[in-house]
Amino acid sequence: MHGRVKVKTTAQQEEEKKKEREKKLKIYIAARDACFSKRKEGIFDDEALQLTQQLLSSNPDIATLWNYRREILMHLETVRDEDEVQKIYQDELLFLESCLKVNPKSYGSWHHRGWVSARLPRPDWARELGLCDRCLSLDDRNFHCWDYRRMVVRMSGVPVEKELEFTDRLIGSNFSNYSSWHYRSTLLPLLHPECPEQDSPRCEPPLASPPPSPQTHFHRVCEEQLLKEYELVQNAFFTDPNDQSAWFYYRWLLGRAELEEMISCVYVSREEERVAVAFSRPVSALSVGLLLVLDGQPQRVEWRSVHPHFKHSPVWICDLPPGTISDTSNEHNLTVHLTETHTHKDCALYTGRSESWCRDTATDQELFRSELSVEKTSVLQSELQSVKQLQELEPLNKWCLLTIILLMRALDPLGYEKETLAHFQTLKEVDSMRSAYYSDLCSKFMIENTILKMEYAEVRVFSISDQNLTTLCHLDQLLLVTHINLSSNDLQRLPPQFAMLQCLEVLEADNNFIESLEGVYRLPKLEEVSLKNNKISTLADLQPLASCPKLKRLDLRGNPITQTAGVESQLAELLPSVTDLLL
Amino acid sequence: MAAEDLPSEFDVVILGTGLAESVVAAACSRVGQRVLHLDRRSYYAANWASFTFNGLLTWIQEQNESQTEEVRDWSSLLEEGEELLHLSDTDSASITNLQVFCYTNEEDEEEEAESADPLNTTEEEKPEEFSHDVFIRSDFQTVTFLNQSQAAQTPGEEPEAARPHPSAAQSQSEPTRKKLSYAQLVKEGRRFNIDLVSKLLFSRGSLVDLLIKSNVSRYAEFKNVTRILTYRHGNMEQVPCSRADVFASRQLLVVEKRKLMRFLNSCMEETEEQQAYNGRPYLDFLRDQQLGDNLQHFLLHSIAMVTEDTPTEEGLASTRHFLRCLGRYGNTPFLFPVYGLGEIPQCFCRMCAVFGGTYCLRHSVHCLIVDRDTNRCRAVIDSRGQRISCSHFVVEDGCVGSDRKKMATRAVLITDASVLPGESDQQVSMVTVPPAAAGGPTVKMVELCSSTMTCVPGTYLVHLTCQSTGSAHQDLSPVVTMMFRTTESEEPGNEHGRPFVLWCFYFNMADGSAVEVEGHQLPCNVYVCSGPDGSLGHEHAVKQAEFIFHKILPDEDFCPPAPNPEDIIYDGDEGAAGQEENQGEQEIYLQNHTEHNAEEEEMTPKTTKEKDKNQSRPQTHRNTRSMQH
Repeated sequence: MHGRVKVKTTAQQEEEKKKEREKKLKIYIAARDACFSKRKEGIFDDEALQLTQQLLSSNPDIATLWNYRREILMHLETVRDEDEVQKIYQDELLFLESCLKVNPKSYGSWHHRGWVSARLPRPDWARELGLCDRCLSLDDRNFHCWDYRRMVVRMSGVPVEKELEFTDRLIGSNFSNYSSWHYRSTLLPLLHPECPEQDSPRCEPPLASPPPSPQTHFHRVCEEQLLKEYELVQNAFFTDPNDQSAWFYYRWLLGRAELEEMISCVYVSREEERVAVAFSRPVSALSVGLLLVLDGQPQRVEWRSVHPHFKHSPVWICDLPPGTISDTSNEHNLTVHLTETHTHKDCALYTGRSESWCRDTATDQELFRSELSVEKTSVLQSELQSVKQLQELEPLNKWCLLTIILLMRALDPLGYEKETLAHFQTLKEVDSMRSAYYSDLCSKFMIENTILKMEYAEVRVFSISDQNLTTLCHLDQLLLVTHINLSSNDLQRLPPQFAMLQCLEVLEADNNFIESLEGVYRLPKLEEVSLKNNKISTLADLQPLASCPKLKRLDLRGNPITQTAGVESQLAELLPSVTDLLL
Repeated sequence: MAAEDLPSEFDVVILGTGLAESVVAAACSRVGQRVLHLDRRSYYAANWASFTFNGLLTWIQEQNESQTEEVRDWSSLLEEGEELLHLSDTDSASITNLQVFCYTNEEDEEEEAESADPLNTTEEEKPEEFSHDVFIRSDFQTVTFLNQSQAAQTPGEEPEAARPHPSAAQSQSEPTRKKLSYAQLVKEGRRFNIDLVSKLLFSRGSLVDLLIKSNVSRYAEFKNVTRILTYRHGNMEQVPCSRADVFASRQLLVVEKRKLMRFLNSCMEETEEQQAYNGRPYLDFLRDQQLGDNLQHFLLHSIAMVTEDTPTEEGLASTRHFLRCLGRYGNTPFLFPVYGLGEIPQCFCRMCAVFGGTYCLRHSVHCLIVDRDTNRCRAVIDSRGQRISCSHFVVEDGCVGSDRKKMATRAVLITDASVLPGESDQQVSMVTVPPAAAGGPTVKMVELCSSTMTCVPGTYLVHLTCQSTGSAHQDLSPVVTMMFRTTESEEPGNEHGRPFVLWCFYFNMADGSAVEVEGHQLPCNVYVCSGPDGSLGHEHAVKQAEFIFHKILPDEDFCPPAPNPEDIIYDGDEGAAGQEENQGEQEIYLQNHTEHNAEEEEMTPKTTKEKDKNQSRPQTHRNTRSMQH
């Protein structure tokens, strides 16, 4: 082994390292104890600052020491002049930088940095932004840094344009980054707000906000910018269609903001002396300030949701004092005020009428395209074309299929119904782990379509049989429905929301897998219920029916419960109003 | 004289400091072999060298000087049963067809501009009616500047009306491109590092692996090649090769993006579909993937970097290699060493020296002493007539007169702008220029910016390489005139188009890819290292070095990681007595070096600071230094 370099053996190295570690630990523990005792004694001196610095630079995750440090710094603020304080805090920032180099994801360090930056007499925000950029270039998903950066941007008033460029840059270097896309979605509505007037050629920045029409959608982006965003995001999902972040951003682009909170329907029934109010989205009647005025007289009524489960609900009902409207020869005018948003809705109950309602015309636009935008059809049409192109290349990509479905719904839900169903079938096959989700989504869309058809036909009959429904939704839209047919689907329950069908008289739900009837609760007009071939097995399952006073006919043939001995008498006891029981 | 002699016994004597030789030297020294590494030249790295501008001018001149070979009779040094084998001392055949062109003004234009009418100072160029700036220097001994007198007279005297100039406002918004004069190039010459070969490191190639494995990487710094370009339909286009590039590309349709990404993902795995194309051209395979013209071009010329008739399996292998290299260090598969490629052999020489290797420049081997019976080289006779025993001899191909059939064509340009100006002016670009006509050579071009420390700010160093079909100038000048401007090609009103060539030179260099390591009617313990090969990567040289190393030391590890300096036990620690004098020297040497390294490591982060070239070179052994004066 002539001339060879001699190297220490691993055992030797290990031994040395072990000794060194032990020595370090001893020093560390001594310093830590010294710090704790100093804090106990309330000493806020430079030595304590030194000690905590040493400890934190080797372990930045001791929150107590950061706290102690803040106490010391706050104390020093009171005894030093501004220049000195500036210097102390600048040193603190330098120290923090070294901590972040060791551990760029330390909660303690980032939090302390935010604290110091906010207290610095003359902050240098440009430098802080630079630091964030450096950090994010090393790890563009460091959420600590994103958080801190948001604070810096807020404090220093970086122009929105600059921030948008920043997201451009980050997305350019790696578009698999939710943080950047999301940041973009918050910046765009500020920079390019949607024009309230679609016809106005140039979009003026919104000065004094014009009185919003009930259907104005906030937080949207003007069309010109939207087109650019579509292009950007298309580049992303064509490059990598399996990356979710771009698809999610795309859905945001295509979507629109929630509907304004408002009253969509007022229904009054003379017989039950009851008023039902439907809202555009779930509210709590107690907090929105709901006020009922009958013939000019404010009424003291008690609002309740349709089912005790709901604190928030899109449908609220109240009983009028007995005798107020029961006389059919009288005409009444009702107004429901929503004091919170200063909106109201009138409803006239004419002579001789047993009920009356007033509702917004439920056009498809307003009702069910809320998931997608009101963009010009041509834009959506071309979006659909390009996503279809992608689907040709990637026939089994789930994001692509789902987006096609959403676009089709935005364009023409009824016209594309067949294709939509076919795509759902493919989706369930290629992404079987989520087949239940797709079934529910498909059910939702089928219900929407059926509601639309019902609206066009101007009837109060809702029939959706043999459509593989797995869930029920949009039941608030069925407030006025008198006859519902849900037969031959895959439903397992009639959920509490079902109680929103306040006008329901006939319920058909044969050939499902229903085991729970929670939602068939206090339906004042319900007379007939047909539940042939379902999974109702116990008397308790039928308990909710007892709250429906007018129930006369009940068909339970083909349910497990019919096998129970003595069920007939038990049922007679539970549901005394039923005269026509089929078992 | 005796004190200045080299030790008379080594395990391995290596002549030539090219890449393969240097790697062999480092590998042998690392495992304890006594290595003597010589080069007859005054600089390291042989044909792999990088020169300052002035150094290059000297080198060009030297290439044309005839070297007289002194023939002496060394038979007095022979022992019984030995015979002499003379080595050629010159390597005149490796560089041919050298031609230099200078298109910039001889003198600094600045002073003239200042003295001229102040209204005219914004104008970027003087009208030039005759190509007075062209200096063709075919005769290197008598370099004449044809226009010396004209250049001095050129001040903006030509009538202003001769050519309308952009308004002052316009020229303010567009900063004028001020040409560097030849005098400035010479003055700033030290800041150039001009490589004789043009290669890049594949980030998962064998050289990068070796640099990491051996820890030699600590001696060098690298820059990413920042973009891949291709010349197509008269335009320079960026080739999207990474995911981020594809996303950002403006020239691809979204559908093309998908097709490209899908192809890039799918070709990583071998499929039966691909195998069906074995033996058939890669282009056929690409066509059948329905990729479209754009993508086919990118994939064939810029990603696989093969020709239209390359077989599919080979094209796919190159494509995969390219893709595997992506993303390791950046968005392209390539690295380039800061200060030029000439650094790499020197780094290995340094490694060799750290482990006790002896270095002598301007020192050669005249002949080998061969044992008649065993046909083994027993010793060499150096250029000072000393007999040095060795068990193995490694030599560069020029010294054994190996026949070189293949030649590579090279051109080096100093230009004033990038071929594709972008947001940043600090781009390192790899450019593929497909043959203009079918069957012609594909030109590979590397454009280096000043942050690679190979040229001064405001200039770009452009290396062009292709296989020779004629002389270098014949092969490459059409490409140069197509993509660049010279005073010869200048058309009025085209100042802001193509980059202007300030200075360039053409030459042919032997392509060493076909040179065999053994044979050449040489003794069996003599190995030949070929000069640079024509390919883009360094696979050839590294493979060759490893092969030679295993011939010399079949059972040893090739370049194991060097230990950390703190883990090395010095003999003093053990108090071992009775060391050989030689060894004592080595240890001091080693210690000096470790200290030196520590200094260097501190220095490296300050990248802006210009590294002292002399310091970065392995220091010559004490013996050698004393011998040189």
